[in-house]
Amino acid sequence: MHDQDRKVVGMIGLFDEPNALIAAAEKVRDAGYTKWDCHTPYPLHGLDDAMGLKPSPMPYITLTAGLIGGCLGMYMMYWMSAVDYPVRIGGKPYFSWPAFVPITFEAFVLFAGLATMGGMIKLTKLGRWASPLHDNDVMVEVTTTRLGVVLEAEDPKFTQEAAQALLDETGCQDIRVLYAPEDEASEDEASEDDDAATEHGEV
Amino acid sequence: MTPPEETEVVGGVSGPQATLQKIDDDIAAPFESFPTTRWLAAFTVAKIGAAIFGISFVYTIAVGIGSWGNNNPVGWGFAITNFVFWIGIGHAGTLISAILYLLRQKWRTSIARFAEAMTIFAVIVALQFPMVHTGRPWLAAYWLLPLPNANGIWVNFRSPLLWDVFAVSTYALVSLMFWYTGLIPDLAAARDRATHRVRKLVYGILSLGWKGSNRAWQHYEKAYLLFAGLSTPLVLSVHSVVSFDFATSVIPGWHTTIFPPYFVAGAIFSGFAMVATLIIIMRKYFKLQHIITIDHLDVMNRIVLVTSLMVGYAYMMELFIAWYSGVAFERFAFMNRAFGSYGWAYAIMVTCNVILPQLLWFKKIRRTIKYMYPIVIAVNIGMWFERFVIIMALHRDFLPSSWHDFTPTIVDYGLLVGSFGLFLTLLLLFCRFLPTVAVAEAKAVAPGAQPTGGHHA
Repeated sequence: MHDQDRKVVGMIGLFDEPNALIAAAEKVRDAGYTKWDCHTPYPLHGLDDAMGLKPSPMPYITLTAGLIGGCLGMYMMYWMSAVDYPVRIGGKPYFSWPAFVPITFEAFVLFAGLATMGGMIKLTKLGRWASPLHDNDVMVEVTTTRLGVVLEAEDPKFTQEAAQALLDETGCQDIRVLYAPEDEASEDEASEDDDAATEHGEV
Repeated sequence: MTPPEETEVVGGVSGPQATLQKIDDDIAAPFESFPTTRWLAAFTVAKIGAAIFGISFVYTIAVGIGSWGNNNPVGWGFAITNFVFWIGIGHAGTLISAILYLLRQKWRTSIARFAEAMTIFAVIVALQFPMVHTGRPWLAAYWLLPLPNANGIWVNFRSPLLWDVFAVSTYALVSLMFWYTGLIPDLAAARDRATHRVRKLVYGILSLGWKGSNRAWQHYEKAYLLFAGLSTPLVLSVHSVVSFDFATSVIPGWHTTIFPPYFVAGAIFSGFAMVATLIIIMRKYFKLQHIITIDHLDVMNRIVLVTSLMVGYAYMMELFIAWYSGVAFERFAFMNRAFGSYGWAYAIMVTCNVILPQLLWFKKIRRTIKYMYPIVIAVNIGMWFERFVIIMALHRDFLPSSWHDFTPTIVDYGLLVGSFGLFLTLLLLFCRFLPTVAVAEAKAVAPGAQPTGGHHA
């Protein structure tokens, strides 16, 4: 029907079996796609390798922020206790660094923690609520039970036929076209999609 | 120790999809159904408790901390006892979520989320006590944080009380972020299940647009691991720093090097007992017995037993060192602790923390709820008394002329009882609105959920 009028943003192949998804991911990776992704309800072991993803830079972010935090913490205590308003307490030197170690450590952890949260949100591209996958009935499947491979239309290799062929080749039984979200109209359209009525497993 | 079998999850239904769907449905049931009368009754009781806390808090501020039983040698009374108690309760959450994660203990999955939530609420409750003890909580920020003030003088960074400020606030913040990070995928799942518009909107906003993308999972999992790595030394540092409040002083009975490990072990001990106390009710009430199984309770009871032995060792070692040191004040402090005005509290402490948990050596007791429940309740009580006993070291200090016993007032009791109300209110709200079990993690360890290998590149 007027599905044809809507912009195709990608294609998703849905799997029920983790080994099948891993195999499919390897195929897509080897086919040379760059703008594609897998969607799973839980982290799947071995999928990073199957997708050919580079290791996450998260540890460097955390460590760097932690070291900065620790240095700032120690510097703050040095400046306040020995420079700005030195007070002699308990006959200790103004810069009695052993007493400053606990707060230096806490500052390390505080900065590292904040950077881990911030870095994770940035790298995982969270905080972006608009996506063709949302407001689409496949989203609930990939956050509940099923495993999906999405080929995005923005990929230079993407044509609807090629993507269909590639997903067919992976043995995928449930292939759907993803359309750009259209205001209001999307809800009744979903049910007209051929495969949308697929049940979740044997429930 | 063998991880508990997760196969029970399947029930009569076969196939990995059915398993995953069932996990989702079971965990989502409490927050997708209308509150039952039992929940409302529990919530009402909790709110009455929270109201008692609020009234006692406001009364303290209005009248002053003279309304408490604190006196001159006993400058720290119930408030600090409660503070240390609640911080300790929180520690089990971090232990379960972070340390057991690093140790790859898969059984933690079922209880981690609940325990983490407990951590956050316990820390929130704990923070009330130093605040109210300042008598002027709205000025506390100036006294506790390094902020420029009218005299141009800074806080004293050599004081363990200030280390505490940094340790506990960092702990609260990092625990909150850790908990929230863990919640994101589950909030997304809740969003996609939601049928109601408002529910969808709220979970949608909170889940930050999570799509379950593997490019996100990759960083997410690393971030989660890093949080676990950060939380592990953090939780050990927090209770060590709390113990420094006592250990770096010159009070006999406090000035001991055993305090940091002793406090950490005690915190884990009391925290696990509290997790068990609450989760036994929660799993029954929300019908999650197949996800939080008797095996999980068994493992938790073993940890309670191990940490009970640790605190038991610490109690004995304290006495031994007091005798062995030959210091008259130390010897007196410990004789007085066991047989003085608060000897009854010492007896409760030893009975609840060391003697009763020995019953957990028996498998039958570890695995039978009606036997284990009184024991974990006793541990909760015993661990509160442990902190009370430690703080009561103050009532007999160096000068006999200043000796004074401590008698709590109704306001002290109000804050103590009320703090449980506040804690339970927060916990019950959590159970109503958020997934109480880490759904994504539970799915990841379900049978058939992971690739069988051989397909890896």
